[in-house]
Amino acid sequence: MKFIKNIVEKIKPTFSEGGKLAAFHSLFDAIETFLFVPNETAKNGTHIHDAIDTKRSMFTVVVALLPAMLFGMWNVGYQHFIAIGQQANFFEQFAFGLLAVLPTLLVAYAVGLGIEVIVAQVKKEEVAEGFFVTGFLIPMIVPIDTPLWMTAVATAFAVIFAKEVFGGTGYNIFNVALITRAFLFFAYPTAMSGDKVWVRTRDAFWWGAGNPVDGFSGATPLGQLGTSASGSPVFSDTMGQTAGFWDAFIGWIPGSVGETSTLAILLGAILLIATGVASWKIMLSVFAGGAFTALLFNVFGPETAIANLPWYEHLVLGGFAFGAVFMATDPVTAARTETGKWIYGFLIGAIAIVVRVLNPGYPEGMMLAILLMNIFGCFIDWCVVQSNIKKRMKRVKQIK
Amino acid sequence: MKLSDKTKQTLLGPLSSNNPVIMQVLGICSALAVTVELKPALVMGLSVTIIVALANVIISLIRNTIPSNVRIIVQLVVVATVVTIVSEVLKAFAYDVSVQLSVYIGLIITNCILMGRLEAFAMGNKPWDSFLDGLGNGFGYAWILVVVAFFRELLGSGKLLGFQVIPQCVYDAGYVNNGLMMMPSMALILVACIIWVHRSINKDLQDK
Repeated sequence: MKFIKNIVEKIKPTFSEGGKLAAFHSLFDAIETFLFVPNETAKNGTHIHDAIDTKRSMFTVVVALLPAMLFGMWNVGYQHFIAIGQQANFFEQFAFGLLAVLPTLLVAYAVGLGIEVIVAQVKKEEVAEGFFVTGFLIPMIVPIDTPLWMTAVATAFAVIFAKEVFGGTGYNIFNVALITRAFLFFAYPTAMSGDKVWVRTRDAFWWGAGNPVDGFSGATPLGQLGTSASGSPVFSDTMGQTAGFWDAFIGWIPGSVGETSTLAILLGAILLIATGVASWKIMLSVFAGGAFTALLFNVFGPETAIANLPWYEHLVLGGFAFGAVFMATDPVTAARTETGKWIYGFLIGAIAIVVRVLNPGYPEGMMLAILLMNIFGCFIDWCVVQSNIKKRMKRVKQIK
Repeated sequence: MKLSDKTKQTLLGPLSSNNPVIMQVLGICSALAVTVELKPALVMGLSVTIIVALANVIISLIRNTIPSNVRIIVQLVVVATVVTIVSEVLKAFAYDVSVQLSVYIGLIITNCILMGRLEAFAMGNKPWDSFLDGLGNGFGYAWILVVVAFFRELLGSGKLLGFQVIPQCVYDAGYVNNGLMMMPSMALILVACIIWVHRSINKDLQDK
C-alpha cells in the first residue's frame, strides 16, 4: 500500500495545475480516490463521520456481483465443453469462461470510462464513480456471444443518452446497464435472442474450438417455454435432459452470463442487505410481485407452457433474480420512499411475469419491467409524499 | 433579386433560429413516421413546403374577408383543398411513394406547422411575404426530415434512396444493420441530437 501511495504522491505534481499532464487530471483524480480515501474533509455544514462514500458503496456492489460473475464464467466454460462434446475439468471450464467473458468486460469499461473521462474533462468535473458498477454489470446481462463492437456501440449509446444527457451519475432516470441491454435487444435482435447466442460453440482466444455435438440445443429454458407448442411447463438443459427447479436455482443452464445462478445471486443479495447498500424491501417485493402474478396465471391463465410454469420456477429462471437483486435496487432509479419501495418492487415483479406470459415475442420480461418502472419511480414517490401530507393535514385539522 | 432584411428573415429564419421542428417542436409526429427512408422523407418535405406556401398565399389573399369567428374553418377548408390536390398529384405521378406515405399526406391537414403559419403569419401579412414564409417553414421542416431520414436509412438498412451504400464486405465482416433505427423512438433521439448540435452551434438560442 505504501508503495502505491509513494508512486501516486510522486506523480501528483505532473497532473496538478501547471504540470505537464494537467489535461488528464480528472483521470488521475479518479484513480487516486479509487485507491485511497480522499484527503479532504467537509469545510462547512453537517459533518457526518462515516467511512462510506459513493466509491465504497459502488465497490460493495461489485463485490456482491462477484459470486454471480465467477459462477457465470464457470458456467460459460461448462456449457461450452458440453456443447462441443469434450471432457474438461473444473479449472479448464473456468479458464475458458474467463477468457470468453473478459473481452466484453474490458470493452464495456474502456468505452464507458472513456466517455466518462471525456465528459468530466469537458465539464471540468471529477470522474463520477457510477460506471464502476455499470461496466461490471454489462457483460453479466448480455449473451456470451454478443459481438464486441455491438457491446461498444450499445455502451456508448447508454452512457451518453441514458446518463450524461441527464447530468451524469446520480441524475439518470433509467438504469444505464439495462439501457445498454435494451439497445442491443431492439437494435440487434438476432444477437440477443433465439437459441444460437447463449452458449459459446466457437473458441475463445483460439482455445477450445469444436463443433456442436448432435442433440445440442442452446435455447434458454424461458426460450423453450415461450415457443413450446404443448401446455406442459417442461424445459431441458443444453443436451435435452429434462431440468427442474434445482438446476435453475444452482444455475447450470444456458442464459446471459451472470443471470443463471440464483444461488450465487442470493449470496450477493446477503452482502448487499447486510451492508445496507441495497434495499431488502425492493428485493422482497419484486419476488412477491412475481410469485403472486405467476400464481394467478397458474390458476386462471391461458393453457400455454409459460403460463403453467409453477410460480417458484418463474423466480429462478431468466433474469428475474438478477434483476430483483442488482437492477431494481439501483438507488438512483428506484423509488426512495419506504412505502414507494414496496409498490415499485411489487409492480416490477408483476409486470415481468405478465410480459413473459402474455407476449410471445418476449420470452423474458425483467428488463422491460424494470425500465418501465424506472419511469414511475419518481411518480410513486410523489404520490406517497402527497398522501402523507394529506394524512398529516387531516390530523392537524382534527387537533384544531 | 435583392431581399430586404425583413423578407430575408421571413424566408431564412425558419431554417435555423426559428425552425418549426427543432425550435417550436411542431410537426414531430410526421417527422417520426415518414423518416424510415430518405425518399418518402424528401417527398413529404416537398409536399409540406408546397402546401404551406400555397395555403399561406390563398389565406393571405382573402384574409380581410374572413370573419374572425369562423377563420379556423376557412383555413381548414383551404388546407384540405390544397392537400387533396397534392395527394392526387402524388397518386398520379409517384404512386409508390404515395403508398409508402399512406395516410401521412392526408394528415398534413392536421400538421401543426400549417395551422400555425396560417394563424400566425398569413392572417396578417401580404401574399408575397406569406409565400416566402411558407417556403421558409416548409424547407425548415424538410431539412430536418431529410437529415433524420438520411441517418435512419443509412444505419437502419444500409441504403440511401433505396441504393445499397454499405458494401457487402462490411456485412461479411460482422456488421449488422441497427434495428432500433427502424423504430420511431430512434427518430426522436435523432431529432434530439439535431437540437443538441444546433444549440451548441447557436449559443444564443440556449435556454438560460
